[in-house]
Amino acid sequence: MAVSLAFHIIFAVIGIAMPVLMVLAERRWQRTADPTYLDLAKRWARGTAILFAVGAVSGTVLSFELGLLWPRFMAVAGPIIGMPFSLEGFAFFTEAIFLGIYLYGWERVSRRAHLVAGVLVAVSGAASGIFVVIANAWMNTPAGFTLANGAFTNIDPIAAMRTSAALPQTLHMTLAAYAATGFGVAGIHAFLILKQRAGAFNRAALIIGLVVGAPAAVLQPFSGDIAARYVARRQPVKLAAMEALYETRAGAPLTFGPVVIPHGLSLLAFHDPNATVQGLDAVPREEWPNVGLVHVSFDVMVALGTYMALVGLWAGWLAVRRRDLTTERLFLWALALATPCGFLAIEAGWMVTELGRQPWVIWGVLRTRDAVTPMPGLIVPFLTITLLYVTLAVIVAVVLYRQIIRSPGGRGSAPEC
Amino acid sequence: MLTLPNVLAGIILVALTAYVLFAGADFGGGVWDLLASGPRKSAQRELVAHAIGPVWEANHVWLILAIVLLFTCFPTAFARIAITLHIPLTLMLIGIVLRGSAFVFQSYGGGGGRVFATASLVTPVLLGISVGSVAAGGVREVGSGTRDGYYASYVAPWLTPFGIAVGLFALACFAFLAAVYLTVEARETDLQEDFRRRALASGAAVGLMAALGLALFRTVLPVHVGVVVVVAMSLLGAVAALARRYYAGARLAAALAVTLIVWGWGFAQYPYLLPPDLTIAAAAAPPVTLRLALIAVLVGAVLLFPSLYYLLRVFKVSRRMPFAAPPTTRPAPPR
Ligand code: HDD
Ligand code: HEM
Ligand code: HEM
Repeated sequence: MAVSLAFHIIFAVIGIAMPVLMVLAERRWQRTADPTYLDLAKRWARGTAILFAVGAVSGTVLSFELGLLWPRFMAVAGPIIGMPFSLEGFAFFTEAIFLGIYLYGWERVSRRAHLVAGVLVAVSGAASGIFVVIANAWMNTPAGFTLANGAFTNIDPIAAMRTSAALPQTLHMTLAAYAATGFGVAGIHAFLILKQRAGAFNRAALIIGLVVGAPAAVLQPFSGDIAARYVARRQPVKLAAMEALYETRAGAPLTFGPVVIPHGLSLLAFHDPNATVQGLDAVPREEWPNVGLVHVSFDVMVALGTYMALVGLWAGWLAVRRRDLTTERLFLWALALATPCGFLAIEAGWMVTELGRQPWVIWGVLRTRDAVTPMPGLIVPFLTITLLYVTLAVIVAVVLYRQIIRSPGGRGSAPEC
Repeated sequence: MLTLPNVLAGIILVALTAYVLFAGADFGGGVWDLLASGPRKSAQRELVAHAIGPVWEANHVWLILAIVLLFTCFPTAFARIAITLHIPLTLMLIGIVLRGSAFVFQSYGGGGGRVFATASLVTPVLLGISVGSVAAGGVREVGSGTRDGYYASYVAPWLTPFGIAVGLFALACFAFLAAVYLTVEARETDLQEDFRRRALASGAAVGLMAALGLALFRTVLPVHVGVVVVVAMSLLGAVAALARRYYAGARLAAALAVTLIVWGWGFAQYPYLLPPDLTIAAAAAPPVTLRLALIAVLVGAVLLFPSLYYLLRVFKVSRRMPFAAPPTTRPAPPR
C-alpha cells in the first residue's frame, strides 16, 4: 500500500498541476498566435496523457488495495469516509472525459471548447486530490461518529469530511502539487538552457513553470506552519516525533539536524515562546511512532521547502527587476537543482503524516495491526506490485524522454531554432 | 422493493453494466488486436486503437465508481470480497495496470502492443471469475475466525468450474461487443466485413456458451426463464441485424443482450448481495451514509451525463468531420 501510494502520488501530483501549465500555454498561444506555445501545449498534453494513464491505473490499484490489504479498516471507515471517495470518483470521471476531449479533440471542437476542456481537467484534478486528502485527514483527526463498546454509531459523513485536519492538509497538499510540478518543469528547462541555448521554447516553458511553481513554493512554508499547529493540538505525539521531543516541557527548543533553537518549537507550534509542548514521554512506549524516521522525514521536507521558497523569492525578485531569467546562470543552476525537490518533499511529507500516525490507522481509534487482512503470505503480492511499478517507472521515463524532452530543446520542432 | 439499500445496489449494478458495455468493449478490442489477421491486419489494429483512444479512461472509471460505492454503502460485503477474492482481484489489477499503460505506451510509440493485447485477454477472465464466485456463493466469512487452510480460504472459493466458465463467458461477451461496435466504427467496407465476420463468430460463441452454461450450472445460479428468453431473443436480433448489415441495430441489440445478462445475474441472486447468507439489507451501511451517497450520485449524474454525452458525441457520433488521427500518435513532424 505504501509503495503503491508513494508511486501514485507522483503521478497524481503531476495530474493536478500539469493541466494548469498546459492550459496556460494554450491560452498564451490563442492570445499571441506564437506557435511556440502551441507546440508547448501539445507536448505537455502528450506528457499529461502518459502520466495520467499511469496515474489512473495505479489509482485503481489503490482503491482495491484499500480493501485488499485493510479490509477491517474499510469495513469501519467505509460508511464514514466513503463520501469523499465517491465524490472523487465523479471528479475522475470529469477529468478522464475532458482529458479525452482535450487530447483527441484539437481538430474536432472549437478553440474555446478545447480550452474549457483543459480548464475542467485542471479543476477536476485538483478536486480529486482534495477529496482523497480529506479522507486521509479524517484518519488523522477522526470525527463524525461516536464510539461506544466497539461499535460506531451516530455516523455523520458530512462532519467527517469537515474534520479539523482537512483544511490545513488539503491546502498544503494542493500547494505542494503546484510547487513540485512547476519547479519540476522549470528546473528541467533551466537545465536545458544551461546545456544548450536559451531558445524561445525553453524560455516559455521555464516561465510558465515558474508562474505556477514559485507562488506556491513561497506560500508552502506558511501552509506548513498552519498544518503543524493543527498537529500540535490534535496529534501531540506526532508533533513530538516530528521534532524528536522526548520530554514534555515549556519553552521547548527546535532541533534541526545539529542546530538547536531555544524556544523555537513552542514558538512555531503555538506561537508562544513559553508554551508547553507535550513530549513523547506522555504516552507509553508502544504508542510511539518510529521517531527517527518521522523526525528525519520532517527535517528533509522543511529543508527542501525552505530551499524552494528561497528560489521562488529569487525568481520573483528577478522578475520585479525585469531581468531576463534565462541569462542568470547562477539562478538557472539553483532552479535546475530544485527539479526533484518538490517531489522529494512530498514523499517526505507523507512519511511524516503516515509514519507519525503509527501505531494507529485511525488516530486513537483503530490500530494498524487490527486492520490488516488476515490473509497470510502478503509478501508475494507486495513484491509483485513493487516489481510492476519499478518496470512501469522505467518505461514511463523512457517514453517521456522520447516524447517530450528529446526533441524540443535541440533538434526538432521548436520554430525559433 | 424500493428500499434505500436496494436502490444503491441497483446503482452499483448500473455502474457495473456500464463498465461491461463500454470498458468491456475496450478489452474486447484488445482481443481483436491480438487476433488481427488477413490482408488488413494493421488496418484492423489501427481501428481498434482509434476506437479505444479517446474513451478508455472514462470508461474505466465506471469500475472505480462501482468499487467506491460498494465500500461506502456495503462495507462488510466489500471487506469479505477483498479478503476472499484477494488473489484473482490482485491479478486482475495487474492486468488492468498492464493493459492501460501498455496501450498508452503503444499509442505514443513506445511498443508494448503484445502486452496490451495479452492483458486484454486475461483481465476479463479474472473479472468473470470474481463475479462468478460471488454468484455461486463462494464469498463467505473467512479468516481469523475460521480454521480453514490457505487453499480452502483463499483459493477454493474462486477456482471452480463455474467461476472459470463465467470468466471465459465474460471474455466472449466482451469480444462480441467489441466486434459489433467496430462494424459501426469502421469506415471502409472491407474492414467492416472483417469485423462483421468476427462479430458473427463471437456471437455464436456467446450463444453456445450461454446454452452450455445453462445446461451445466442451472443449480449453481438459478437464472429466471424469462431472462433466458429475452437474452436469447436479443442475441438473435443482433445476429439477424449483422446478417442484414444493419450495424447500428446490431450494436443496440448486442448491448441489450449483455445488459440483460448482467441484470439476469443480479436478479438471480436477489436479495443476496453475497449469497448464500449476506443480504443487501444486512450488508448496508447506516441510512445517513446511504442517503448521502444517493445524493452524491444524483448530483454527480447531473454533471456526468452531459459530459459523457459530449465525449461520445465528439468521438463516436459525428461523422461529418474526417477522423483526424490523434495529434498524439506520433511526434509532431519537424516544421
Ligand atoms: C512540495 C512539497 C512540500 C513542501 C515544500 C513542504 N511540505 Fe509539508 N507536507 C507535504 C509537502 C510539502 C505533503 C507531502 O503534501 C504533506 C503530507 C500530508 C499532507 O497533507 O501534506 C505534508 C505534511 C506536512 C505536515 C504534517 C501534516 C499532518 O500530519 O497532518 C506538516 C506539519 C508540514 N507538512 C509542515 C511543513 C513545513 C513547516 C514546511 C516548510 C517549509 C513544509 N511542510 C514544506
Ligand atoms: C496521496 C494522496 C492522493 C492524491 C493527491 C491523489 C490524487 C489523484 C489525482 C489528481 C488523480 C488523477 C489521475 C492523474 O492525474 O494521474 C488520481 C487518480 C486516481 N486515484 Fe489518487 N490520489 C491520492 C491517493 C489515492 C488513494 C489513497 C486512492 C485509493 C482510494 C486513490 C485512487 C485513485 C484512483 C482510483 C485514480 C484513477 C482515476 C482515473 O481513472 O482517472 N488515490 N489521484
Ligand atoms: C503519497 C502518499 C502516501 C504515502 C507515501 C503513504 C505511506 C504510508 C506508509 C509508510 C504507511 C505505514 C505502513 C506501516 O507502517 O505499516 C501507510 C499506511 C497507511 N496509509 Fe498511507 N501513505 C500515503 C497516503 C495515504 C492516503 C491518501 C491514504 C488514505 C486516504 C492512506 C491510507 C493509509 C492506510 C489505510 C494505511 C494503513 C494503516 C496504517 O498503517 O496506518 N495513505 N501509508
